[in-house]
Amino acid sequence: SKTKNSLVTNLEGIFSSYQKIDEELFTELEDTLIMADVGVETTTYLTDQLRETVKQQKVSDPAQLKPLLIGLIRQVIEGAGRKQFNFDARDKVLLIVGVNGVGKTTTIAKLAARFSDHRRQVLLVAADTFRAAATEQLMQWGERIGVPVIHHQEGADPAAVVFDGMAAAQSRKSDLVIVDTAGRLHTKVNLMEELKKVRRIITQNIGGRQLETLLVLDATTGQNAVNQVKVFKEAVAIDGIVLTKLDGTAKGGVVLAIAHQFQIPIYLIGVGEKKEDLQEFDALAFTRALFE
Amino acid sequence: MVFENLSNKLQDTFKRLRGMGKLSEKNIEESLREVRLALLEADVNFKVVKDFIATVKERSIGQEVLNSLTPGQQVIKIVYEELTKLMGEHEAPLKLADRPPTIVMLVGLQGAGKTSTAGKMAGLLKKQGRRPLLIAADIYRPAAIKQLQVLGGQLDIPVFSLEGADPVKIARQGVEYAIAYQRDLVIIDTAGRLHVNEELMNELKEIQARVNPHEILLVIDAMTGQDAVNVANSFQETLGLTGVILTKLDSDTRGGAALSVRAVTKAPIKYVGLGEKMENLEVFHPSRMASRVLGMGDVLTLIEKA
Ligand SMILES: Nc1nc2c(ncn2[C@@H]2O[C@H](COP(=O)(O)OP(=O)(O)OP(=O)(O)O)[C@@H](O)[C@H]2O)c(=O)[nH]1
Ligand SMILES: Nc1nc2c(ncn2[C@@H]2O[C@H](COP(=O)(O)OP(=O)(O)OP(=O)(O)O)[C@@H](O)[C@H]2O)c(=O)[nH]1
Ligand SMILES: [Mg+2]
Ligand SMILES: [Mg+2]
Repeated sequence: SKTKNSLVTNLEGIFSSYQKIDEELFTELEDTLIMADVGVETTTYLTDQLRETVKQQKVSDPAQLKPLLIGLIRQVIEGAGRKQFNFDARDKVLLIVGVNGVGKTTTIAKLAARFSDHRRQVLLVAADTFRAAATEQLMQWGERIGVPVIHHQEGADPAAVVFDGMAAAQSRKSDLVIVDTAGRLHTKVNLMEELKKVRRIITQNIGGRQLETLLVLDATTGQNAVNQVKVFKEAVAIDGIVLTKLDGTAKGGVVLAIAHQFQIPIYLIGVGEKKEDLQEFDALAFTRALFE
Repeated sequence: MVFENLSNKLQDTFKRLRGMGKLSEKNIEESLREVRLALLEADVNFKVVKDFIATVKERSIGQEVLNSLTPGQQVIKIVYEELTKLMGEHEAPLKLADRPPTIVMLVGLQGAGKTSTAGKMAGLLKKQGRRPLLIAADIYRPAAIKQLQVLGGQLDIPVFSLEGADPVKIARQGVEYAIAYQRDLVIIDTAGRLHVNEELMNELKEIQARVNPHEILLVIDAMTGQDAVNVANSFQETLGLTGVILTKLDSDTRGGAALSVRAVTKAPIKYVGLGEKMENLEVFHPSRMASRVLGMGDVLTLIEKA
């Protein structure tokens, strides 16, 4: 149902309110995708593809458009790589990065809780030494879920914390190490350099583990997320994306634009503030939700 | 880069307009198509863009352009003028209460920058001779109170908190504390919440009813996409916002959210956050934001040259 202020058009409604496939229908589809943050370029790509398919397959019933469009969107998403996130893994270091306030620290708590459920020994490393009480935030989470946290004082060198964290993981024989980093805008060159250094310390002390770097994106973010991916990818190589705050009304459609441009799979989504609010990314469910 | 392309396209469009002696409705429509795309790519809300383009078109096709000697110049000017108008035209200073303390309440989504902004505002107003008190009314996020205490410590500004109490009680007692200790400015930091979370939205309403804030400011991330209007609408309807603070403008976002939020709430944008440090808060300038959204630092010069 449409609420009074809802600006979102319902896909179901679009397909059922048209008798035939015409330009007006395509325009309305475009508008719906734009309103979900898909962005002009990717929206145009999708509807152009759809137009082409309609022509080639001589589709005339608007109802047939829906599965076609969903198929196209899935192709874009899965074209960026499909990979299930493995909670049974051992010997991994997860480096968690992203701009300010997207949900890195909370995601780390959720990851640690899930790994613990899978009987993995997790070690958290508090390498955000910059933001006020960032270390305390991670420590409180660690306490809640029963996972140790390696930390230094506020203002310490994050590389030094990571160095200690890697050493501790080695002596404790931890299965997994998860490194929390300070939020940083991709536009801040010095902070991106700092992140490269943190990554270097990890790889130099990796001890047979495998490094995986996850970029956390906030689903409410608009087209700027594309720039975020571009710069973080160049700086530290991103293996996967975590899309947070999908429990709100934002659709997170910008990840379509991202999947269209980069070969980076979306692993997980955040759907709340509690430790259990982490889910595997499901391309079909995500696509359907774009039009709800 | 997409943005650069759009910006270039927009420049080309404006250049073309500049060279024209007389504009037809078709000319104008074609140009406004480019403006529309630029605005959408800048995350201005779809609906806001639609209304905006309609307004500009109406003004462009009307008398103003026809009677003008250089119609191209006139259209560019109208786009820029209407954008600035949407942004609020004038700077909007904080309303100070006739009888202190002035009570300010910060609200918004998770991670928008409320706690940092509380610190920044307190710091800024302290420099202007006020005696601020910060109230830590976020009892949910781990270490949220500690975060505000650390910032208060850095700025040498007291922070009121109350172990085990609910946010309404904390806010109320905090205000009483401010009165008792002659603090003339109170800033209440609230927990981040989704605009669709009824229970938590009601909590804000209750705080509002109990402390009667002079300013209720929505703190919003400048990188927010299309959903910014839904967020702003909900907070506006629940609380009646007196203003908006735009954070993280030190990013490379076009900041279309600013335009959208302003258009929907009509509440003025009072400050912008330009960094993580406590001194990174500035008064909002509407015309600068208009240029930014269009992706042209020099719209004004363009108009002059046109
Ligand atoms: N609704 C919702 N809130 C979330 C989600 N993930 C995180 N949050 C909230 O977002 C806010 C910021 O989360 P943090 O984990 O501190 O974000 P961060 O990226 O570590 O922030 P910085 O370290 O300051 O850059 C907190 O209030 C979290 O509770 C989510 O999936 N849904
Ligand atoms: N670069 C930049 N970072 C900012 C700005 N304002 C806030 N931040 C950062 O954004 C992150 C979130 O800020 P907070 O003040 O904790 O946000 P919040 O709204 O209080 O978050 P919750 O209480 O979890 O809802 C932190 O890393 C801040 O340092 C800004 O203007 N620029
Ligand atoms: Mg963090
Ligand atoms: Mg806060």
